[in-house]
Amino acid sequence: MVKKQTIGADFSEAPVCVSEWGRFRRVFFERKLVMFGLIVLMLLVITAIFAPLLAPYDPYQSNMADSLLAPSSKYLLGTDIQGRDTLSRLIFGSRTALMVGFLTVGIAGIAGVTLGLVAGYFGGITNMIIMRTMDALMGFPMILLALIIAALLGSGIVNVIIALSVATLPGYARVMHGLTLSIRENDYILAQRAMGAGNIRAMFSHILPNALPPMIVLITLQLGALILAEAGLSFLGIGIKPPGAAWGAMVADGYRYLSSYPWLSFAPGVAIMLVVFAFNLVGDGLRDALDPRLRGLL
Amino acid sequence: MTAYIIRRLIMAVVVLIILTLIIFFIMRLLPGDPLIIFMGRAAGQGSISPEQLENLRIAYGLDKPLMVQYFNWMGGIFQGDLGESIYYHEDVGKLLLERFPVTLDLGIRAFILGNVLGIVLGLVAALRRGKWIDTGATVFSYFGVSIPVFWLGILLMYAFGLKLGWLPVTGYTYPWVDFWMNFKQSIMPVACLSLMSLAITARQMRSSVLEVNQQDYIRTAWSKGLRERVIVTRHMLKNSLIPVITLMGIGLGLMFGGQVFVEIVFSIPGVGRLLVSSVFAQDYQVVQSGTLVIAVVVVLANLIVDISYGWFDPRIRYG
Repeated sequence: MVKKQTIGADFSEAPVCVSEWGRFRRVFFERKLVMFGLIVLMLLVITAIFAPLLAPYDPYQSNMADSLLAPSSKYLLGTDIQGRDTLSRLIFGSRTALMVGFLTVGIAGIAGVTLGLVAGYFGGITNMIIMRTMDALMGFPMILLALIIAALLGSGIVNVIIALSVATLPGYARVMHGLTLSIRENDYILAQRAMGAGNIRAMFSHILPNALPPMIVLITLQLGALILAEAGLSFLGIGIKPPGAAWGAMVADGYRYLSSYPWLSFAPGVAIMLVVFAFNLVGDGLRDALDPRLRGLL
Repeated sequence: MTAYIIRRLIMAVVVLIILTLIIFFIMRLLPGDPLIIFMGRAAGQGSISPEQLENLRIAYGLDKPLMVQYFNWMGGIFQGDLGESIYYHEDVGKLLLERFPVTLDLGIRAFILGNVLGIVLGLVAALRRGKWIDTGATVFSYFGVSIPVFWLGILLMYAFGLKLGWLPVTGYTYPWVDFWMNFKQSIMPVACLSLMSLAITARQMRSSVLEVNQQDYIRTAWSKGLRERVIVTRHMLKNSLIPVITLMGIGLGLMFGGQVFVEIVFSIPGVGRLLVSSVFAQDYQVVQSGTLVIAVVVVLANLIVDISYGWFDPRIRYG
């Protein structure tokens, strides 16, 4: 018994072994700002899913008798020119924002990651063609490229998603390309090759999983950027067809009555900013929690 | 260094060629016929017969095969001919030249303001890590990257233009026409434009300084007994600027994206507004050549960044 105790005492001198999950939990969940972002995002998702239950009025039905009312107990955020309740339109607008964000990230992410992976893995002329094309796409200001594609395809939310996917694709490809180059040099990839693993297997079951943590961070940060971009496009008048609700379009509508009815563009702007802010907070939290270089520091 | 520059130049040329192909084919392969749009406009002033439409098509070279159109366009660009606007009936080069000074005037001011303030803010935040100024800078930069540019413009316009009446609400005046008016009118647009690059630069600068701070040569500098000012300016600044400068190249594209909105909100006759209205009018030549000019500027800026990168960090030249 006595002997065991001394051994135990010796081990207590060794550094505490913290599991990756333990560190993730501590860095990610115990930060107030990150938690704030996470709560905002959860509320947003709930709002989008249960929009018909939460909205006090029909967001599409115009009611000219109640046109351009100031915020009151009946209409918490006032009404627009057609007498539609701003709050209800904000609630339904969350669906537009989230749908564009998630679908675009999905499409652009899968396409971009695959292109970057293939370019980085095979190198040579494949790399040259793919990455120079990505560089060329990067040369366009993102919003301008999306605007051109969306305008020429015509209005509609699907076209906005296509346009934003093309415009944001090079970002994923570039990051994935860089990650592939560094992961490819690891000994475990060499070992897999020696064991007879083919290219596809090496790429998708060994390189891709190792590149996932930074890609998840990129995707979260991109979601914020995309919601901002979607708001921008709908502000310019591209995107969901009226009477559909989009936050950017609501800001644009209110802008026309800015001097007399400023709250019309204030409320949707706050919604956009809050959501983008939340995605940025959560993205940064994820980055710190998933970055292996910060092990021991955070 | 020479070999490095030559390699970068060749790469930039390849990128530019791909870029022209992308612009050209996006404009041609997507649905929509500029002549039909034009006809719709002209129909108000008197109808256009199918023969006239055909003549217009031939006049603008839209009847030729795509590859021929592409080479005609490229050939024209090398001779300084950017094509003719179908909507404005004017030379695209002239249209762009009228608006570029406006866009550049605001853009350059915002770029300098945003980056200089961002570098200072990031540096101070990192040096006073954990103090109130660090927290303040962090929260501020979160807002800077989250706020929609067009909405910020509207807020400023409401507060300083409509309510307080301190600044003119919209418009642009050339500085040589009325310098004081130009200054007053550009305060809000420049503030909107610079906020995002300020926030991005400050964030990058902060984390970059924190990383440099842990390097051995900084400890050596301290233990040699150098003053803080010398360590910060001679040792820290140059080394931590490297990642910040890379971002500046990318930030230029972002900045132009913001400029589109600022020019629309504040009714500024710049390139961004021209391009947006031309996109809606499906004015091929203006969108095509205008986008090309902007993309060339962005690619060249990134080339300069890459080369200056080699100067700031000699290790990269051999990479």
